[in-house]
Amino acid sequence: MDHENIQFSKQELSRYNRHIIIPEFGLSAQRKLKAAKVLVIGSGGLGSPSLLYMAAAGVGTIGIVDYDVVEDSNLHRQILFGIEVVGLPKVEAAMHRLQNLNPHIIIKIYNTKLTSQNAMSIMKEYDVVADGTDNFSTRYLVNDACVLLGKPNVYASIFQFDGQVTVFNYCNALGERGPNYRDLFSSPPPPGLVPSCAEGGVLGVLPGIIGSMQALEVIKVITGVGEPLSGRLFAFDALTFESKTFNIKRNPDNPLNGKNPTINELGDYDQFCNIQTDEKAIKEITAKELYEWQTRGDDFQLIDVRNLSEYEIVNIGALLIPLSSISTRAMEISRDKKVVIHCKSGGRSARAIRELEEKFGFQNLYNLKGGILAYADEVEPELARY
Amino acid sequence: MATIIIPTPLRRFTNNVARMNVGAGNVSDAVLELTSSFPELKKHLIDTNGKIAPFINIFVDNSDIRSLDREQTQVKENAVIFIIPAIAGGITSPKK
Repeated sequence: MDHENIQFSKQELSRYNRHIIIPEFGLSAQRKLKAAKVLVIGSGGLGSPSLLYMAAAGVGTIGIVDYDVVEDSNLHRQILFGIEVVGLPKVEAAMHRLQNLNPHIIIKIYNTKLTSQNAMSIMKEYDVVADGTDNFSTRYLVNDACVLLGKPNVYASIFQFDGQVTVFNYCNALGERGPNYRDLFSSPPPPGLVPSCAEGGVLGVLPGIIGSMQALEVIKVITGVGEPLSGRLFAFDALTFESKTFNIKRNPDNPLNGKNPTINELGDYDQFCNIQTDEKAIKEITAKELYEWQTRGDDFQLIDVRNLSEYEIVNIGALLIPLSSISTRAMEISRDKKVVIHCKSGGRSARAIRELEEKFGFQNLYNLKGGILAYADEVEPELARY
Repeated sequence: MATIIIPTPLRRFTNNVARMNVGAGNVSDAVLELTSSFPELKKHLIDTNGKIAPFINIFVDNSDIRSLDREQTQVKENAVIFIIPAIAGGITSPKK
């Protein structure tokens, strides 16, 4: 970050005036911001506020990696977007919004999934990485790439009512390197143990709070103002409004940069996270086929494994047995006729079927492909979507 | 008595109980007392070797037990034990 020769236009000086007049910040810190290149991975709930604040603050170059498109169900928390961009790639919608907010900065977009193949080449161009991704595989990928490249990783994570923030792999003025994600969590939880936000939900304002803190830490890392949250983990419980900052340390057994490192290149993170790509196939039925069974009057049982709150939003008359109680209520599931199991989009119902087949030997279960969303798309367009 | 705080993602296994008083002793005793009251929690906290799972951090007051005496870390009267799980936000795996 060569900031000594950074110049500002009259308009920029006017724009950043409230920063520059802070004695501890001043023109020097503002120059560092303009010289900085920050890569934001994920432009969803966390990326929305962090990108807005970084762009507004005058971070000179912001890269955005995301391969998703804006959906209406994103808008309760992803405040970068409005209804006019539903259906557009998030990176394109984000770039338009951020350039509109601050035309003095450069936005680079990567409409692609971050992978072991492209992560190093994308990330090496940046000074700081802000991780706002939504899955464990990418978290470990981002962490490992940051450690291998020597970049600070400003980490923020949320689930339902809980938020976490820290700065990983930060090198202080004495050249001492702080802990990274593998020091904190040496391996991820098994798939299915932790429900996703799509299943478990998230309070919309929580990523706003935690993403704003992420932007704050990015700005502190760049400018050197204050004490970055390195070696400390901030945890926030929105339900009780209690927060706590914990001390975290490097682990000598860390395979990336512990005493005996064994990882010197990026690997297969889906495999590391035990994400099965060759799971036993289960029987499936499409929404149109289900509709044919219904109109033909076939004798079958229909089960919905979503939560009651989702069932109340929209349902297609199935027996509700939430996934968490599928084993204890297995006796309610028919064995002598076909049984169609559905959820919102097909993931939880597949897990329910595997559990029922493995534990109880069911052989008559069919997964509704694409869940109730597919049924709404293909059969009953008037059904509510969420 | 010490207090153990259950994070919101795990409260669905504790009937939404957010905190529980446990007898002083060590972390292992405290976790055992908690999982005896809420058996569903066990697989979310303990690995197959009976150790604290690698995707869980336990802090006594604000110190990581791994920098102390791990599961044998002593829990004093009035200490607060925090369980901090790995959370990743959205989905279990990246969309293909």
